[in-house]
Amino acid sequence: MTETVVDFPKNFAEALNNSQLRRNLRAAMDTMGHRRRTLFADLDALEQLRARGDAIRWRALRQLPDLLEQLEKKCTENGIQVHWAETPAEANQICLGIIQRHHASRVIKGKSMVSEEMHLNHFLDEQGIEALETDLGEYIIQLDHETPSHIIVPAIHKNRDQIARLFHEKIPNAPYTEVVEELNAIARKVLREKFFAGEVGVSGVNFAVAETGTLCLVENEGNGRMCTTAPPVHIAVMGLEKVVERLEDVPPLLRLLTGSATGQLITTYFNMITSPRKPGEKDGPKEVHLVLLDNGRSKIWADPELRQTLKCIRCGACMNHCPVYTRLGGHAYGYVYPGPIGSILTPQLEGLDHAGAMATASTFCGACEEVCPVKIPITTILRRLRTESYDKADSPNAVKGHGYKVNRMESLTWKGWALSNATPWLNALNAKVLGLAGPHLSKLPQVGVLKHWGQSRALPPFARKSLHVLAKEKGIADE
Amino acid sequence: MPTRPEKVYFFGTCLIDLCYPQAGMAGIALLQREGIQVVYPQAQSCCGQPAYNSGFPDEARKVARQQLKAFPKDYPIIIPSGSCGGMLKHHYPHLFAGEPEAAEAQRFANRVFELTEFLVTVLGIKLEDRGQPIKVTWHSTCSALREMRVIEYSKSLLRQLKNVELIELQRERECCGFGGTFSIKQPDISAAMVADKAADVAQTGAARLLSGDCGCLMNIGGALKHRNIPIPAQHVAEFLLERTQ
Repeated sequence: MTETVVDFPKNFAEALNNSQLRRNLRAAMDTMGHRRRTLFADLDALEQLRARGDAIRWRALRQLPDLLEQLEKKCTENGIQVHWAETPAEANQICLGIIQRHHASRVIKGKSMVSEEMHLNHFLDEQGIEALETDLGEYIIQLDHETPSHIIVPAIHKNRDQIARLFHEKIPNAPYTEVVEELNAIARKVLREKFFAGEVGVSGVNFAVAETGTLCLVENEGNGRMCTTAPPVHIAVMGLEKVVERLEDVPPLLRLLTGSATGQLITTYFNMITSPRKPGEKDGPKEVHLVLLDNGRSKIWADPELRQTLKCIRCGACMNHCPVYTRLGGHAYGYVYPGPIGSILTPQLEGLDHAGAMATASTFCGACEEVCPVKIPITTILRRLRTESYDKADSPNAVKGHGYKVNRMESLTWKGWALSNATPWLNALNAKVLGLAGPHLSKLPQVGVLKHWGQSRALPPFARKSLHVLAKEKGIADE
Repeated sequence: MPTRPEKVYFFGTCLIDLCYPQAGMAGIALLQREGIQVVYPQAQSCCGQPAYNSGFPDEARKVARQQLKAFPKDYPIIIPSGSCGGMLKHHYPHLFAGEPEAAEAQRFANRVFELTEFLVTVLGIKLEDRGQPIKVTWHSTCSALREMRVIEYSKSLLRQLKNVELIELQRERECCGFGGTFSIKQPDISAAMVADKAADVAQTGAARLLSGDCGCLMNIGGALKHRNIPIPAQHVAEFLLERTQ
């Protein structure tokens, strides 16, 4: 499903002008960052753990096709029905087929970013099927007809007062309260009834273990367990990169995931689903389905550099530590995955011609790479995406929509810049001209570069004599 | 610790060349005062990072080749910047991967030292503070912090100055929003970031903002000036020289 064209400059400007949003985000990101630092206080141990996480994910990706086959075989042996979807539309149809076969009209959902990628709720709604989000954050934003603004804490852009007003307005008979426990109780009451009435449960998957055919689900609220055990049918949707080779790969990844995401040593719930209800068992779904979504991941996988994108375990730490995300929030990015990981993943999934601007929303400060639990070289991939934005040449691994930014003006500017900086006499002339022009810059029409820079800063103080000239005058050796 | 060389190259960086030559001269003077002969190749220019980060690696390579040519001998290359230093040390090998100059670029990269790193780890410099008591604050620039990893060296030099009180920023490790061409390509986000940084600097009550990268100093200093906040932004090399002469 394609989204409407995203107007990045407009989104960015609106987000930056929303002071409430900026305050909410800053407070939330500070808290998450602080919790992570507290848990991972032993930096040497953290480095070892990150190296291990990186190695586990890289080993899984290296053998991805084989592991996926093994996963399918093991799941099938365990009684889990496996479906392959190349596109979100195919994945939606698979889900719809399962739901319709059971004549179901009420779906309860645990948190899943892949289902966001599929726009599953919207799709099911069009088919007359109610899909209710049961994760508290997801429930909040669904009430407000919003999408997640963060992959771990989807309602992070809202504060308590905003949620209090929302509940009072949207939930029948809900009293106005700003007391967190009371707000939780209101949501719990609504959701409890929905859990019992749900006919199909949908969840995501954090890790799928190839050697055992086990689907792992990490959560804090117990709603994931409800969605995967209460209804007679459970559909798990998963991006095909989430597979790991062995069961023993799970503990270090889980530790990295919860620690990086929320600073938790372990989450309240950790579900390992290996089969539907067996004969003689008293609970659990009668059918379990696994829908494996590609949606461009195979193409990313084909390129050894870009493949690193797929190591991601969706902890969101890159967002929590990103100075750009902290000021924009997730909605301004316009697509499902925001922040640093979104800025490398989304242009590859949607095409540079649609989402290439996301790759420009980074200072390359590297705060994301510093915290990434599986060491994704985010800035290297961002740089690659920027380069491909200006590269029209069709190589086999070229990113979709590459070359969209090619323009004569910019390429001439860089050619001129390169010539000047590779030719000492031109470089000297350039320094001289800028030195003479410097004091008069403020008298020029303030457009383009001058406007962008000067709207919030004094103009660059070009010196009358460059360092080249001063060094020569001082007799510094030139050899 | 590498052995103390007789001679070093000084890579001034294009921004210091054009806008902050006094910072470059201060770096040279600090090295000379330690008895090191400094060579400043006149054929040098920019490290190539602006093009490299903007998606123009061919143009970046063309400029980088000029630097390989300008610094041919095996002297250490001293650079008063974490950002340009990171480009030379960590990105040249990547930029020249698969090119005829790959080995040369790697050897070049191995010779690069950030100025304060060199002063501390190779020269073991001892500073005597001759200035009046002053409060300063310090911005850790992203490349110095995460690529070159030299912040501790820079700050250890400030700690040697007995009349200098360092007041830390609330968010010392947060990016100032410069990001080279980012400041032009995403002016609104950049402006929001530098506004926060300028406010952080102002709340310290320091008399001066110090840092090891002139790009960030131009950004934060420019924002302070734009807001009429009378806190000058100064390169650490200039400050160290001023305090000790």
